[in-house]
Amino acid sequence: MNPMPPALSLPAQVAAVVRKDILVEWRGRARALGVAIYALVLLLLLSFAIGPDTATLRAHAEGYIWLTVLTASTLLLAQSFTNEVEGGALEALLLLPTHPVALYYGKALANLVILVGLSLATVAFGAVLCDLQLVEAPGWLVLVLALGCGGLAAPGTLYSGLTVRTSSQQLMLPLLMFPLVVPSLLAAVKATDLCLTGDPMGQMSSWLGVLVAFNAVYWSLCGLLFIKVVDE
Amino acid sequence: MSALAIEAHDLGRRFGHRWSLARVDLEVPAGQRVLVVGANGSGKTTLVRTLSTLWAPSRGTLRIFGLDPVEQRFKVRQTLALLSHQPGLYEDLSGTENLALTLRMQGIKDLSEIPGLLETVGLDPRPEPVRTYSAGMRKRLAFARLLAQKPRLALIDEPYGQLDPAGFELVDGLLDHLRDRGVTTVVASHLVGRAALRADVALLLEEGQVRWRGPATAITRAWKVLHGTES
Repeated sequence: MNPMPPALSLPAQVAAVVRKDILVEWRGRARALGVAIYALVLLLLLSFAIGPDTATLRAHAEGYIWLTVLTASTLLLAQSFTNEVEGGALEALLLLPTHPVALYYGKALANLVILVGLSLATVAFGAVLCDLQLVEAPGWLVLVLALGCGGLAAPGTLYSGLTVRTSSQQLMLPLLMFPLVVPSLLAAVKATDLCLTGDPMGQMSSWLGVLVAFNAVYWSLCGLLFIKVVDE
Repeated sequence: MSALAIEAHDLGRRFGHRWSLARVDLEVPAGQRVLVVGANGSGKTTLVRTLSTLWAPSRGTLRIFGLDPVEQRFKVRQTLALLSHQPGLYEDLSGTENLALTLRMQGIKDLSEIPGLLETVGLDPRPEPVRTYSAGMRKRLAFARLLAQKPRLALIDEPYGQLDPAGFELVDGLLDHLRDRGVTTVVASHLVGRAALRADVALLLEEGQVRWRGPATAITRAWKVLHGTES
């Protein structure tokens, strides 16, 4: 008779899920590439709508960047659980066994990595279109992008799991997610503006504090709520 | 640890107002092989999925190796493996990568057993994603994952489904392999005569209830008496 195997620690399970999700995304990279192209086309359309006035484009660049990341994120997050329910892989993963909390944090972290990559590509393209100077505070900008994407990835992963079995996921996901992420998104837009145009009033720490606080709330609460999602 | 692998009393599972499984009493000693048969919609899959902890019982009590599958779900899941209708594989990963995930989630870093597992189920360690596999190859790979989990209780829903005649013989061999390792097995199958050869006891379900139980060797006769046709 086989003895009961020792349970894998929660952080090790999280790491295994992150590794698996990144590998799945890499193998199906045509999907992510499609989302990236969608994001760049959206940014291009926004800049065309404003016109060739670089001063106006530069003044509102942070808004264009985050609007692009937000809409593209719903496409990325929606497919996060599609791979899991396809062929019953989610059930098989849970029975390995994988703790639901590890599943959530593994998937949310993988989504965060992908979203940060997408936001970096968006900023780089936005810099070309809007004539942005990124050399002033690149470190702060990357931090703001990571925190802003964290504010999307945590609730987005939860709602992706919640809506994956619904027939209208592409509609339900943004309907549920957008109201929740507005405060974090506003802070991300403002902090990005400070990174791009300078921070003479020293406001950056306040907005970063808001971003960190919302990330803490999202990442802790959504992890707890996800257990209920898996049970259902 | 309990000597009983499965202990169920008055077990029932309801979907809305309809009971898919009702008043099932079951005591399976560790190492025993149970065959579950019945017509479509008789409750076989519901029983298997309830035993697997994927579906919580709506009534009654259930213990798996003495553990409560609702309160101690994670511990129960460490003891069992499920092979269901769906293969439960990641379509974008190769067979080797799917098995590597199974081993890693059990804390096994040495992945050297993967080629042997694939060979056992008649597959090559090919780099193509599972998306390119036939239904039969997916079934074989799902069997390899079950073996990689080294379960004490194997729950197998339709083991012969989607397989060719060579695959039937392969499944027979795998069921014997599980028996040799002392694994308790619950197999739900429509291939009654074939599956009965590799079972100790059998249950015949009808409308979610156990209509007949007895030695597996007598199941084909019981089926004929109850249904008036050959199984």
